[in-house]
Amino acid sequence: MPAAARKETDYPMDLLNTLVQGLMLGGLYALFAAGLSIMFGVMRMVNLAHGDLAVIAGYLVLVLLGGTMFPLWLVVLVTLPLFAVIGYGIHRSLFSRSLKAGPLSALLVTFGLSIVIQNGLLEGFSADTRTIDMGVLNTGAFHLNNQLSISYLGLLTLILAVVVIVGVQLFLSRTRTGKMMRAVSDDADTASLVGANSKHLYAIATAIAFGTVALAGIMSGARSSFDPSIGPTQLIFAFEAVVIGGLGSLWGTLAGGVVLGLTQAFAAHLDPSFTILAGHLVFLAVLAFRPQGLIPQRTV
Amino acid sequence: MARTTPPTTEGTTTPVAASAAPPLPGALVTRAGRASKASAGVLALAVIVLAALPYIAFAGTTSSMVTFFVLLIMASMWNLLAGFGGMVSVGQQAFVGVGAYTVLAFANMGINPFVALPLAALTCSVFAIPTSWLAFRLRGDYFAVGTWVIAEVYRLIIIRFDSLGGPSGMSLPGLNGMDPVLRGALTYWAALALAALTILGCYLLMRGRTGLALTAVRDDETAARANGVDVTWSKRLVYLVSAAGCGAAGGILIIDSLSVQPNAIFSVQWSAYMIFIVIIGGIGYLEGPLLGAIVFYALQQLLAGYGSWYMIILGAIGVAGAIWLPRGLWGTVTNKTGIQLFPVGYRLNQPWTLPPNLR
Repeated sequence: MPAAARKETDYPMDLLNTLVQGLMLGGLYALFAAGLSIMFGVMRMVNLAHGDLAVIAGYLVLVLLGGTMFPLWLVVLVTLPLFAVIGYGIHRSLFSRSLKAGPLSALLVTFGLSIVIQNGLLEGFSADTRTIDMGVLNTGAFHLNNQLSISYLGLLTLILAVVVIVGVQLFLSRTRTGKMMRAVSDDADTASLVGANSKHLYAIATAIAFGTVALAGIMSGARSSFDPSIGPTQLIFAFEAVVIGGLGSLWGTLAGGVVLGLTQAFAAHLDPSFTILAGHLVFLAVLAFRPQGLIPQRTV
Repeated sequence: MARTTPPTTEGTTTPVAASAAPPLPGALVTRAGRASKASAGVLALAVIVLAALPYIAFAGTTSSMVTFFVLLIMASMWNLLAGFGGMVSVGQQAFVGVGAYTVLAFANMGINPFVALPLAALTCSVFAIPTSWLAFRLRGDYFAVGTWVIAEVYRLIIIRFDSLGGPSGMSLPGLNGMDPVLRGALTYWAALALAALTILGCYLLMRGRTGLALTAVRDDETAARANGVDVTWSKRLVYLVSAAGCGAAGGILIIDSLSVQPNAIFSVQWSAYMIFIVIIGGIGYLEGPLLGAIVFYALQQLLAGYGSWYMIILGAIGVAGAIWLPRGLWGTVTNKTGIQLFPVGYRLNQPWTLPPNLR
């Protein structure tokens, strides 16, 4: 957690630092949440294995870094498309069947998948915590003054989150495939009359979701340590970001991630043991008082 | 439809003449078939035999049966929630944990843990009221994750109480002086009684108006509302009952292990077990959890030595079951044979299939 370095300091600078750390943490949550938001927006499906997929990506990068001579950037460049392809395959083989069997089924299938992944990773990699070593990215930071620093990794994550969300938004609104995807999401039967292949389009949405969550998993794995059991926590944070922002809205997801990150950062600043609970409470407050979320729009 | 048909007790027959438009002149509507009556007898007998088990079997057997009953209670409650209420929750561990901690809190005040069991169930249904206000804002898949978050909130709040042991948990006072054999037997009987009560309760609930209303809500919420079903009330009732049952199960768990550990009692694994049992057994059938719990228990004994492979296999079976066997084992059986152990619907008997004295 980005607990601010508390020395004898001037207070405003301390708060500014917390704000910056919270923003960057929020970027990570938004990156996690993007995939969840896409899958919900396009096929009204929540992937309960979302966080576990991110953990797999972390381990895959570790294995590739250890087992091959590839540099980090190449490993990441291989991992992301690989995840997208896996996502496409899993959708065509499992998710599309479960969507056909009813809304309940999709939930149960992804929950089962989550248990399989967690225990599979536990069997393969033990419960030890790991971190992805990104060299200077892990440690380096822009030191604006002796209290305010912006880590390279945090900044990069925030930028990637914005790029991913803008990119997906453009894809959905500008490209032919994106438009077809929105049509299928609105009414699959009618869209199929004009030649849209809903299975293929849904699978592409899943592929995008898998690719982005792999990226989130890698960034998160470099930022803090991970082990096979943290997937559900990642899922819950991503989910909170989606709901706080507003269901089905990608911009909302970005905003939701930032709200969650800021909440956790300021709570950690006051009392580190309160960090996670504060995020959950903000989520519940949004549910109670603004259930439509911050930016209630249907982008997809 | 429910209004025009007077409530019937099991096995009695009611002339259809009471309903607005009789499907066939002289036809009779019954609830229980021969198999149902036989199975009711078998189940009653099974409960009696199981109640005598502490006198016959070793303590190890009864202790592992306690786990079975706890799983059966939880799965029945989850089936009520998801199979009949249409609410797929991944957060019932909230009430398992609150139930266990309620027993602990009362025991700290000097109340016997066994006496505190019903209080645990009651406390959980009280907690379920504000929980439902929040959770019911979400539907479908989002309800599932929302309840999970709420369970986490309960855990994070409870570990802030040092008097309840904080993050590391604590052991249950109040039963240390008791003879271990007697304590084991009492725990076993409490678990058995609760399991029997749960199944009977679910059966009675689903037979009545609430059951019909719930089934309508699950199948089509809008249509049910248009027909005058109080949708929110029906769902909330089921949610409260389910919370109470899970709370009692949590209470049994802490009495059985004599200690509580927050991460374990609030673990999402309980939800995984409930879901697996119900999916395998057959969701939406009262018989499902019973059959599923037996299968689950057998798998657990069989695969106990394989560590995390056990969970991998469970997860994989769950995935396969959800896709290729959506009605579960019992659904497949009852579809083929028409046998119902707990008949909650009505069946139509043509006059010529009935014995002469009933024609």
